[in-house]
Amino acid sequence: MSDLARPPAGSALHRFASPARFLRLAGSLQPWLAGGTLLCLGVGLYLALFGSPADYQQGETVRIMYVHVPAAWMALFVYLCIALASASLLVWRHPLAGLVAKASAPLGAAFTFLALATGSLWGKPMWGTWWEWDGRMTSVLILFFLYLGLIALTNAFESPERGQRASAVLALVGVVNLPIIKFSVDWWNTLHQPASVMRLDGPTIDPSMLWPLLIMAAGFTFYYLWVMLLRVRGELVEARLRALQRLETEGR
Amino acid sequence: MGGIESFLGMGGYAAFVWPAYLLAAAVMGGFWAVSRAELKRRERQLQELEQRGGGRRRRRAEGPGGQVPR
Amino acid sequence: MTRKRRRLTILLLALLSLGTATALVLSAFDDNLVFFYSPTKLKAAELPPERLVRVGGLVLPGSVEKGPGSRVAFAITDNAAEVAVVYEGILPDLFREGQGVVAQGRLEPGGRFRAVEVLAKHDENYMPPEVAEALKESGEWRPAEGSDPKAGYATQ
Repeated sequence: MSDLARPPAGSALHRFASPARFLRLAGSLQPWLAGGTLLCLGVGLYLALFGSPADYQQGETVRIMYVHVPAAWMALFVYLCIALASASLLVWRHPLAGLVAKASAPLGAAFTFLALATGSLWGKPMWGTWWEWDGRMTSVLILFFLYLGLIALTNAFESPERGQRASAVLALVGVVNLPIIKFSVDWWNTLHQPASVMRLDGPTIDPSMLWPLLIMAAGFTFYYLWVMLLRVRGELVEARLRALQRLETEGR
Repeated sequence: MGGIESFLGMGGYAAFVWPAYLLAAAVMGGFWAVSRAELKRRERQLQELEQRGGGRRRRRAEGPGGQVPR
Repeated sequence: MTRKRRRLTILLLALLSLGTATALVLSAFDDNLVFFYSPTKLKAAELPPERLVRVGGLVLPGSVEKGPGSRVAFAITDNAAEVAVVYEGILPDLFREGQGVVAQGRLEPGGRFRAVEVLAKHDENYMPPEVAEALKESGEWRPAEGSDPKAGYATQ
């Protein structure tokens, strides 16, 4: 356990391993991330609602895309971040990595929930159904339950380190779900259509709709980093609190 | 007025488009607010504890090099 | 350093075997993961008539007959085979000739498909109506994209 708190010597990550240094860095990044979020979401919302055309097939419902697709991308991206943090927690015992994973899991669950809910609101008028058990939807639902599992497992242990290590193992096991989600629409017949943006032969979205989508996605990414750092700071303060409280009871 | 009405009507799909946006705003706004409130609450708690604890204990709690003790 | 490297090796090996196992399981269940059959596959599958299945493809242009009442008859095609479908109920807004649909129901002995639910499937193209118009006028509407069969319909 003693090597947990010690930053790995000689590692490039060493510089950020100290919580004090991290807090300073997070503090100076925060206003930029908040500004980026508000700017991108402001411009993105304007373009999504006023500055973009209706679709030739789907009419005005295409505007649901501007929240549905960024939420779904973030659901995957946040999981990828958790998996990387989990690997560095298990292999290099990086002390902050566990906190990043812990702070990210509820955010990922929220994005996944948004992707599922807005997809349902889009599916009803266009496909004619709120929900179907096709490959894409089922695998995203599994992702949602994975996030809930990570949250539960992190808090299931008396010692925070053990909880973080256990959920790191689960996070790495769950990584197999990411390619399944991404390629489900290509591997199997699904109700969900294939990828429109992240495809080898270029996007199949008209630029007048692609730009609002990308700006919204940038806003969602800034939002994640902003709120995640906020939550990591909260976790660090909580760790200090626990240590002080322990000292007080011991000193009495 | 007709312009606003047709905008809010979303081509007859208002019942699907607006809930999607409102839900996203509520979830993301709420999540930020809760995270921030939690940070502030803990920071207040820590401040109280540090004032009560005095200097010697605080230095010990911070550990060498500002490490968080585990 | 060696302990870290050992942990990293264990982690990579574990992930590799997990990935392999998942790939094997998924390929074993491949048929059950299919959300719908194409008309070609449906005919080849020789399913028992009471079995509830989904068939997906494009609505054959000119095949839609509405009435009496809420009854609709149309044909689903994958450009290789077609299935005649009858359905009574509300169609989704995207339902139109040439559009992708997925119908759930039972294959009657005569070869007609009685649907209990019809869903519309759309493709991955998004554009304003003017652009779609211009593409069609200039003959740049590429069948590989557009509202023609995409991988899912034609190959399965």
